[in-house]
Amino acid sequence: MPAIFTPKVITANALLEGDVVYLTQDDTWTRNLTEADVLTDEADAQIRLIDASARTSEVVGVYLADVSPDAKGPKPTHFREAFRMRGPSNYPHGKQSEAL
Amino acid sequence: MYRYTDFDAAFVAERNTQFRAQVERRIDGSLTEDEFKPLRLMNGLYLQLHAYMLRVAIPYGTLNSAQMRQLAYIAERWDKGYGHFTTRQNIQFNWPTLRDVPDMLDALAEVQMHAIQTSGNTIRNVTADHFAGAAADEIADPRPVAELIRQWSTDHPEFQFLPRKFKIAVTGSPNDRAVTKAHDIGLRMVRNDVGEPGFEVIVGGGLGRTPMIGKVVRDFLPEADLLPYLEAVVSVWNLLGRRDNKYKSRIKITVHEHGIDDIRARVEERFAFLRPAFSGVDQQLFAQIKSDFEAPAFKDRDTAPFDQAYANDPAFRSWADTNLSAHRAPGHAIAQISLKAHGATPGDATADQMRVMADLAARYGHDELRISHEQNVVLPHVHKADLPAIHAALKDAGLATANIGRISDIIACPGMDYCALATARSIPIAQEIATRFDQLKLEHEVGDLKIKISGCINACGHHHVGHIGILGLDRAGVENYQITLGGDHTEQAAIGQRTGPGFSADEIVPAIERIVDTYLSERESAEEAFIDTFRRVGMTPFKTALYGESEKKQKAA
Repeated sequence: MPAIFTPKVITANALLEGDVVYLTQDDTWTRNLTEADVLTDEADAQIRLIDASARTSEVVGVYLADVSPDAKGPKPTHFREAFRMRGPSNYPHGKQSEAL
Repeated sequence: MYRYTDFDAAFVAERNTQFRAQVERRIDGSLTEDEFKPLRLMNGLYLQLHAYMLRVAIPYGTLNSAQMRQLAYIAERWDKGYGHFTTRQNIQFNWPTLRDVPDMLDALAEVQMHAIQTSGNTIRNVTADHFAGAAADEIADPRPVAELIRQWSTDHPEFQFLPRKFKIAVTGSPNDRAVTKAHDIGLRMVRNDVGEPGFEVIVGGGLGRTPMIGKVVRDFLPEADLLPYLEAVVSVWNLLGRRDNKYKSRIKITVHEHGIDDIRARVEERFAFLRPAFSGVDQQLFAQIKSDFEAPAFKDRDTAPFDQAYANDPAFRSWADTNLSAHRAPGHAIAQISLKAHGATPGDATADQMRVMADLAARYGHDELRISHEQNVVLPHVHKADLPAIHAALKDAGLATANIGRISDIIACPGMDYCALATARSIPIAQEIATRFDQLKLEHEVGDLKIKISGCINACGHHHVGHIGILGLDRAGVENYQITLGGDHTEQAAIGQRTGPGFSADEIVPAIERIVDTYLSERESAEEAFIDTFRRVGMTPFKTALYGESEKKQKAA
């Protein structure tokens, strides 16, 4: 039996600001994970990853990150992605401050 | 202090102009990230978890008040109002945008600073004893040596694409405060039987995934042979070093695989070939550099204000007892400013704090500041009579924590709060340990104890050489912390031993508390430091304290 495909989002860092971005359904970049397109099909995810990786004048370091879909949008499954979504824990800097 | 020559200034300016153009070409799409990445790394620019990070060299940890003020300005103008001092005598700015970096580099050049070779597979910022030129136990000032090496290694054409990074540390004192045995090359300034100055050359030390204590490759190298000998070591490794495997590329692995005798023979052969090419120009330069590091004129003054404050002010006395070290000039002291306030981020200073420290250096400290690899700031030359005023000013700025060398004076790497390589967080663990032992009011009873925390196997937090080392790992998607005991960062360098299975983020502070309780009950007297007790009693009582109960439970189950 093939392994079950864990839902994913495409994520990267913005070229100019360096902050974390996610790919939306209409192929724009968002700073907000809840607006990211959740990919549930592996073949689709791989093609979207190749296309997103080619956008080198916008982003750096494109990859697929595991998420668990939720009524309020995707949630990170690993603590590293949780930190990327929120910002550092020692100061209220990064995305957590932008949300205030 | 060393002042840039016209050549230095022109070189840095040209490099900054080149990098500005490279940034523009990256933004307009003419450079891909693969092309740009090595260029930005050679200029100290990383891309981390949340933002770019600019790592600025503080050569041999020395800076003046104007430089410190400029760091404060940069922190406010282009960052979030603070900077992070690192274990390699650098400062890191965590939030620059790509477009701003060329302006930041120009601002640094205005005060004779740069970020060149703070990253990439090159010879990195050369570090030195942070008490250089001030310590009572010093044989010679290591900074002219470090500056000579900086000039030789900067943009050295043979060494721009090394198998991996290469780190050199220099100490001029028998009490090693520069961790020379954990560097690719460690240099100890010594004198031979007839009193001539030279170096003991240690090679192949390093921490990281495969920690190694460096080995002596030459027990006495005459001073004038330094650069050709260093060139021989690096070029032998440049050829032999493994480019096929990132984890086996450092010189420590080369030395381990070939053996120190084989490496020594190759180095001596290469040295014999290179030596004639050094005509003595390097020694003329070295003599000029030395004259830039002449000691300030120390005045002999009455120390009565110090004695009075010491007798009457308990807070001052406590700070003086922990944060001062012996200076070579009568009536003077070396004052360490702790960047480890309980609960704060180790190594961080706000722009305002940087200005306070700059002002104190200008007013009382012959305009000199140092950054220690232990992530604190040092006023190397202060008269004792001025210490009460210095302490008062530090107190107002939240910089008077009396904990140097104590359990809360923790080295911690940025960990997963910032670093893209990290596998777990370090900073919150350091904050919790410091806060907990402050609550327990045990800190001064415990005495000398070095806790060092790394958030991944690369060991930027020097955990292997901590009396208590903590290594943060990702175990099945959860942060997990391994403990090592018995590490030593001094001239008696030793790699700590693992206690056993790791602890979760919730369990790690109680685990450290059990280790400290065990030490307090095992020590023979208050004079026996943690490391000495550990060496005497060994791992067993600590293991029992950490795992005894759970092992019994497992057997019962």
